[in-house]
Amino acid sequence: MARLEINSVSKAFGAARPADGLSLAVEPGEIVAVFGPSGSGKTVLLRMIAGMFEPDDGDITVGGRSVVGAPPERRGIGMAFQNFALFPHMTARDNIASGLRAGGNEVASRVAAISKLLKIEHVLGHTPRELSNGQKQRTALARALIGNPDVLLLDDPLRNVDAKLRYEMRLELPNLLRRGTAAVLYVTQDYREAMAIADRIAVLIDGRLAQVATPADIYAQPASVAIARLFGDPTINLAEVSPVAEHGMLSAMVAGARMRVGAADGLASLGACWLGVRPEDLVVSSASADDAIPARILAITPMHEKAVLLLRLADGTEWLAALPPDAPQGAADDGVFVRFAPDAAMLFDRATGLRIGPSHRLKAA
Amino acid sequence: MEHSSLAGRIFRGVALSLILIFFMFPIVWIFLMSFQNNDQILRIPPRILFEPTLANYEALISGQLRTAAGNLQISFMRNLFNSVVLSSAAVLLALLLGVPAAYAFARFKFRLGETIAFTLLSFRFAPPLLVLLPLSLYYQELGLNDTYFGIVWVYQLIALPLILWIVRGYFEDISPDIEHAYRLAGHSWREAFTRIAVPLAGPGIAAAGLLSFIFCWNNFVFALILASADKQPVTVGALAFVTASGIQYGQIAAAIVLSVTPTLLLALYAQRYLVEGLSLGAVKG
Repeated sequence: MARLEINSVSKAFGAARPADGLSLAVEPGEIVAVFGPSGSGKTVLLRMIAGMFEPDDGDITVGGRSVVGAPPERRGIGMAFQNFALFPHMTARDNIASGLRAGGNEVASRVAAISKLLKIEHVLGHTPRELSNGQKQRTALARALIGNPDVLLLDDPLRNVDAKLRYEMRLELPNLLRRGTAAVLYVTQDYREAMAIADRIAVLIDGRLAQVATPADIYAQPASVAIARLFGDPTINLAEVSPVAEHGMLSAMVAGARMRVGAADGLASLGACWLGVRPEDLVVSSASADDAIPARILAITPMHEKAVLLLRLADGTEWLAALPPDAPQGAADDGVFVRFAPDAAMLFDRATGLRIGPSHRLKAA
Repeated sequence: MEHSSLAGRIFRGVALSLILIFFMFPIVWIFLMSFQNNDQILRIPPRILFEPTLANYEALISGQLRTAAGNLQISFMRNLFNSVVLSSAAVLLALLLGVPAAYAFARFKFRLGETIAFTLLSFRFAPPLLVLLPLSLYYQELGLNDTYFGIVWVYQLIALPLILWIVRGYFEDISPDIEHAYRLAGHSWREAFTRIAVPLAGPGIAAAGLLSFIFCWNNFVFALILASADKQPVTVGALAFVTASGIQYGQIAAAIVLSVTPTLLLALYAQRYLVEGLSLGAVKG
C-alpha cells in the first residue's frame, strides 16, 4: 500500500520541456490515466518515475519515500512498455518469472496464477518471437504485475495490439489492475481507453497538467477548449460568439440565429468567447423556429450506433451532429434547422481558451 | 530473387561454380602441394596425379628439415603453439576490455566519448610500421620485449578496435527498454548487462571475436620485430623455410595447411552463431 506522489517535477531536454512543474498524486488501488497528444510528455513522466531519467527539479515519492536518485530496481515499480520489451532469448515463462527475485516453488505457482489470470498458460513455453502481439502484451503485463509492485506504470500498452483485442483488454484491464493495491499510472493517446479504464484522467498538454478529474467530469466540464476538443468523437462544435444577458439568460448570435447559451448568473455580458456544443447535443429538424440555426446537410455518415451529419450553418461554419440512427436524418443538401439546449452550451474565453462559468453544465449532468 | 527459368538456374550454377573454383583453387592446390616433394612441385608441366608423401608433415612435426645442404632445426610446432596462445590470449583480453567498453559507448553519452572511440578506431588505419620503432624502444625500456604478454598487449591494437566497433553496433540495436524492463523487475545494472545485453549481442560478440582472432593470427610485423624465435607465431616462423639451399615449397604448403586449420575450424564452428543473427522478436518490427 503506497501512494505515488509527484511534486512539481520538471525536466528539460535542450529547448523542449516535456515536464514543466507537474504535480499529481495517485492513491493505492487507484488508476489514473495520463492522456495527451503525442509529444506532450507522457512517456517522459513515466520514465522519470521508473528511474530512466532523473527530474531536473521536483520530487517523486512512493509511500512517502523519495525515489529520486534511487536505481530503478529499488523503486518498487512495475512497468509495461508500449513495445513490450520482452527478453527475446527467454521463454514467456522466464520472462514473467524474471519479475520475481525469490526462487523455488513459489515462482512456479505465482507464474501459473498470473498466467491463468491473463489467459496465456498455453504459451508459457514459447519464446517472444513465437507469440502474437496480444500474447506478447499479456506476457509483458504479467511480468509487470507478478511482483505486486507498489506502483504500476503502463506505457500505452494497447497501442500495438489489434482493435478486437484492444476492446477485450479495455474490459479486462480495470479488474486486473484493481486486484492489487498498486497505484496505477496508465499512459494512452486514446481518450476512449482513458475513459474506459481510469478512475481519474490527467490531461497532459505541453508538459503541464491541464486538468485532472474523473472521466465524466472531463467530458462534461472540460477546463479549456483544448481539452474539450481532445475528448469526444466526433469532436466538439465551436463557434465564435459574444454572449449578452437577456431575461436572466445569456444569449448569443450563432449564424444569424439568437441562441440561448446558459444562465446569466448576474452577468451582463461576456467578451469574445468560443461556444462549444457536443455533436450529440444537437437536435436537427426540418421545422423552422426562432431559436434554431438554419443549416444545410453536406454529408451523412451512417455509423450504425449513430449517424453523423456534416452541416454547413448559414454563416458557412461547419458543424457535426451525431444523431441516434432511428432519428429522421433527412438527406444530403436538405435545408434543416439546428437547435441545442442552453445547458448543453459550453463557453470558453476566446483569448485564454479557459472555460467560463462551469456551473452551466453542472445542472445538466 | 528466385530464378525459375532453366536458363537462369544454369547460369546461376555456372556462376557459383566459377566463384567457388576461383576462391577454392589456391587452397586445394596448397593442400595437394603439401603431399609432394620439391621435385614433384617444380615439375613442368604440373601434374594432378602424383605419389603422395607425408615427408613434409613429418619434417614439420619432428622439427628436422632435410635439405640438400644438410639438416636444419626448425621450430614450426612451437610457432604454431605460440600462434594459438598469442591469438587466443589477445582475443580473450580484447573481449574482456572491449565488450564492456562497447556497451558504455553504445549506452552512455559522456565527455570525449566519441573522441575516444574514434581514436581507438584510428589504430586500425595507422600503418603498424609507424608505431613499431617507438614501440620497440618502449618495449625494451619496459622489459616487455620478447614476452608473451608484450605481444598480447600489442595485438590489442588489432583486436580491441575491431571488437569495440562491431559489438557497439550490436548493443545499439538492442532496445534500451529491454534492459530497463529487466532492471525494473529488480535486477541490478550488472545483471542487466550480463543476462540481457551480452546474450542478445552474442552473435555480434562471436563475429567480432572470430574476426579479431583471424587478424591476430595473420599478423606478421609486430611479432617479427618484438619477439625472438621461441615466442614467434607461424607467420614469422614460416621464414625458416627460405633456406640457403632453396625454398622448401612442400614444407611451406604443409605449414600453411597446418596453420590455416585452426582458424578454419573455428570459423566453421562459429558459423552458426554468425548466421543466427540478432533477432529481436520481442520488440515490434
